[in-house]
Amino acid sequence: MRKIKLIEIAHGRSGDKGDAANVGIIAYDDNGYKIIEKYLTAEKVKKHFEGICFGKVERFELPNLRALNFLLHNTLGGGGTVSLKHDAQGKTLAAALLRMELEFENNNPEI
Amino acid sequence: MKEKIKIASGQGFWGDLIDAPYHQVTKGDIDYLVMDYLAEVTMSILQKQKNKNPELGYAKDIPELMKRILPIIKDKNIKVITNGGGVNPVACANAVLQAAKNLGIKNLKIGVVLGDNIKDNLDELILEGAELKNMESNEPIELVKDKILSANVYFGAFPIVEALEKGADIIITGRTTDTGLTLAPMIYEFGWKNTDYNLLSAGTVAGHILECGAQSSGGNFLGDWQSIPNMAEIGFPVAEAYPNGDVIITKHPNTGGRISFETVAEQLLYEIGDPKSYITPDCIADFTSIKLQDMGNDKVKVYDVKGFPETQFYKVSCSYADGFSAVSSLTYSWPQALTKAKAADEILRKRLANLNLQFDEIRTEFVGYNSTHGPLAKELDEDEINEIVLRIGVRSHDYSSVERFGKEIAPLILTGPPSVTGFAGGRPKPSEVVAYWPALIDKKFVKPIITIMEL
Repeated sequence: MRKIKLIEIAHGRSGDKGDAANVGIIAYDDNGYKIIEKYLTAEKVKKHFEGICFGKVERFELPNLRALNFLLHNTLGGGGTVSLKHDAQGKTLAAALLRMELEFENNNPEI
Repeated sequence: MKEKIKIASGQGFWGDLIDAPYHQVTKGDIDYLVMDYLAEVTMSILQKQKNKNPELGYAKDIPELMKRILPIIKDKNIKVITNGGGVNPVACANAVLQAAKNLGIKNLKIGVVLGDNIKDNLDELILEGAELKNMESNEPIELVKDKILSANVYFGAFPIVEALEKGADIIITGRTTDTGLTLAPMIYEFGWKNTDYNLLSAGTVAGHILECGAQSSGGNFLGDWQSIPNMAEIGFPVAEAYPNGDVIITKHPNTGGRISFETVAEQLLYEIGDPKSYITPDCIADFTSIKLQDMGNDKVKVYDVKGFPETQFYKVSCSYADGFSAVSSLTYSWPQALTKAKAADEILRKRLANLNLQFDEIRTEFVGYNSTHGPLAKELDEDEINEIVLRIGVRSHDYSSVERFGKEIAPLILTGPPSVTGFAGGRPKPSEVVAYWPALIDKKFVKPIITIMEL
């Protein structure tokens, strides 16, 4: 098994879309994109944000930017001006996702 | 046709660096200055200001700023495009004309885009068949119609293009998409048609890169942020646009910040949903088609953007009053800072319960521990924690419950855990909660109105 801290291979930015947060994750290089494309699944992101994201997680791929975009539904406490959250706009959630450690079998010669 | 035009971003939101637009018109050559002032919450604030005084309802920074830059933009022939007219673009234009008059400026044309504000004809529109149901929950507008504070249609680039065709030097709009501000001058200068979807999408993508100001030139950069040079004098982005849709994102020389693949890519991912379908009133841009080439020296080329025809709808953003909220905080110091803050929270919650107050939500966060990353926050060794801010907020449709909550915070200082401070701001007052009602409206129901006001 190989362990990689997401923050070592990617950066990103997050923001609000109503009560959903968008979390964009960008790999620093093509190899990093291969890793996140394969192993940073919507399910893993949903589990990572347990207790923060109460809705579904959608994943979109932008290979042209070496990036994935996640939409975390029902996450911002009502969103925008309704939310009582300190981070009502989800500005710090990209950093929160970068806390993740990806674990995978290291049998892929391409990575 | 011009061979290229330079469009500079002057503001990322109302409240951004006041001097940024001044630096954009003085530190390098540009053709257009575009400024986005409107967040969703801004429209309801502006509507409230206009209700109190019919001469208000726009971004008041604009006349102040124009006083400073008018002589420069006249001299250098720079056009200014902004959506800071808010819910009263005419009053904003009048204030700018007055500022120009005071400076002795002659021959100034201001294009004003109206027609986006549908608050006063909602009933009429509903009668005509505009449903305005909530585009997320599908609920009918009747649920909130009587509580609506503001209602605005998002127009795109074409009303601005019309104002440019009429010779406007400055264009002040109400609710226009952030991206439309940047796309409009490209359509106007290069003669793009409303069916040139790839080109319209290229301009829209450039608009998305510019709309948050320095967020694409090194600000709020989550990569190697410490390597960003001279953030104190950060340069805002400039889009160098070409007739074939190629755009080079850059910034003025001798400014701080950085334009790189990474800084631009972060901004491209900001607040987007499905990247294949970035919907604007002008087109649907496909963000998965965007190509970026880092040319070095703070230049990134954006090219090969693809897009699709626009939809038949405009987006409508309504805001409505939805109860009250208040947030307050207290700071606890070492030793046992977190334990003390947690104990204070428990005591407060018990008191609120004993008072039988009505709340839709009570939310506690411990700033310095878990207020940003919640359950992902690492367990801390209590002895290592120097201080913790207890942050507690309530929301309710009952005003008096929220008001009473505000009176229960300060007493915790003398009746709760020790070594506590930080209650200097007085009792938190209930503030009105403004909620959003996003909807779609068929374009046949609303028409932009373009007028020219001149000196």
